[in-house]
Amino acid sequence: MNTPTTIPQMIENHRDSLLADWLQEQATIGSQRLLISDAELRQQCLDFLRLLQEATASGGMKDMNSPQWDRVKELLESVATSRAQQGFSPTEVATFVFSLKKPLFGRLRQDIRDVENLGREIWAGTEMIDRLGLYTAEVYQKARDETISRQQAEMLELSTPVVNLWEGILALPLIGTLDSSRTQVVMETLLQKIVDTGSTVAIIDITGVPTVDTLVAQHLLKTVTAARLMGADCIISGIRPQIAQTIVHLGVELGDVATKASLADAFQLALKRAGLEIRRPAASALAGED
Amino acid sequence: MQLEPRKPAVVRDQVLPLKSDADVVQARQAVRRAAEELKFNLVEQTKIVTAASELARNTLLHGRGGTMKVEFVADLSRRGLRLTFEDRGPGIADISRALQDGFSTADGLGLGLPGARRLMSEFDIQSKLGEGTRVTVVRWKP
Ligand SMILES: Nc1ncnc2c1ncn2[C@@H]1O[C@H](COP(=O)(O)OP(=O)(O)O)[C@@H](O)[C@H]1O
Ligand SMILES: [Mg+2]
Repeated sequence: MNTPTTIPQMIENHRDSLLADWLQEQATIGSQRLLISDAELRQQCLDFLRLLQEATASGGMKDMNSPQWDRVKELLESVATSRAQQGFSPTEVATFVFSLKKPLFGRLRQDIRDVENLGREIWAGTEMIDRLGLYTAEVYQKARDETISRQQAEMLELSTPVVNLWEGILALPLIGTLDSSRTQVVMETLLQKIVDTGSTVAIIDITGVPTVDTLVAQHLLKTVTAARLMGADCIISGIRPQIAQTIVHLGVELGDVATKASLADAFQLALKRAGLEIRRPAASALAGED
Repeated sequence: MQLEPRKPAVVRDQVLPLKSDADVVQARQAVRRAAEELKFNLVEQTKIVTAASELARNTLLHGRGGTMKVEFVADLSRRGLRLTFEDRGPGIADISRALQDGFSTADGLGLGLPGARRLMSEFDIQSKLGEGTRVTVVRWKP
C-alpha cells in the first residue's frame, strides 16, 4: 500500500512562501534569468507547483508513467524546449527542477516533527524531484539537438535562388546568416548564373540578413569584385538605416558599389543602367487624372 | 585627487560557448535579446549585436573557441550590457597593431577589433602569447 504523503497538502498550504523561496533559490544559483523575464519565470514556477500538487494529491509519487503526471510532464516539456531554444545550458535547465528541493525539504522539516516520517517524506520527495529533473534534462537534450539541426538547416537555406528579374538583370535575395562556409557556394552560384545568362547587372538583396558584420561585408565585396570581372555590375539593396550606420562605424567601405534601400529601388537603377525604363501606358495615365 | 571609478554591479549574467558557427549564431541571438530587454533602440541593438558578432567570430577563428559572458550591469546612474569574450588560444603578439584598421593575420578585413571598439562605449583587451585573449566591451544606455 502507498503510504500517504503530506507533500500535496503542504504545497497547498504554503504555496506562496514555497514559490518565494524557490525563486530566491534560483536567483542565488544564478545564471537562470538573463534570457527570461521575472514574470515569465514566476508563472512557470507557479504553474509547476499547482500541477505538482494535483499530481501528488492523486497518489502514486513513484510511477511517473501514470496519467496524473501527464500535465506536469507537459509543463516541463514546454519549459525545457523553450529554454533550449533560448540558449540555456543543460545545468541551468535541470536546475529549474532541482532547485525546488531545498525550499520543499525546508518546509517538510518545519511541518513534520516525527523523525521517521520526515525521513520517509524527504526520501520520497527526493526520488520524485530527481525523476522530474532527469525527465527535464532528457527533453532539453532532444530539443537542443533539434534546434541545432534546424539552425544548420537555416544556414543551408542560404542557398537562395538566383532570380532573373529581367533580361540581363539578376537578383540574389539573401536570407539567413552568412556564417557558414555555404556562403561561398551561394556566391559562386550567383557568379555562375551571371556567366550563364550573360547578365550585366546583379542585385544582391540583404534585407533578409539580420546582421551585417565584416565577414558578411567581405563576402559581398569579394562577390562584387568577381562579378565585375565577369562583366556584371552589382547593386546591393536592402541596407536598412541602422545597418548603414553600423557599417560606417565598423569602417567598412563599400567603395563605388551602388547601394539602395529597397530591391525595388535597385531594380529601377538596374533598368536605367540597361537603358530601360518602366512607364505607365499613356491611356491609363490619362484615366488616372481627374 | 582622482576618485576611483565605481565598479558597476552585475545584475544578471550568462555564459555561452563559442565553439562552432552555430554557437556564433546563438551568441548573436542572445545578445540581441539582452539588448532588447534593456530597451536599447534599434540602432543601438544593431551596433551591439554587430560588435558581438565580430568578437565572437574572433574568439572562434583566431582564439580557437572559447566563451562569451553576457552581463546586465548597473551603477548609480545607468544600466548597460557588458560582454566578455574569452579564449585560451594563441594570444595576440602586438595588440596595438591588431587594433589598427585593416590589420589581419587571417586574410580578413581587419576591422573587427577596431570596429567593435568604435561601436561600444567601453573596450578592453587583455592578451598573452600562448595563454589566450579576453576582450570586454560595455555599452551603456544613453
Ligand atoms: N581572440 C583572438 N586571439 C588571437 N588573435 C586575435 C584574436 N582576436 C583578434 N586577433 C588578431 O587580431 C587581428 C585583427 O582582428 P580583427 O580586427 O577582428 O580582424 P580580422 O578578424 O578580420 O583578422 C586578427 O587577424 C588576429 O591576428
Ligand atoms: Mg575579426
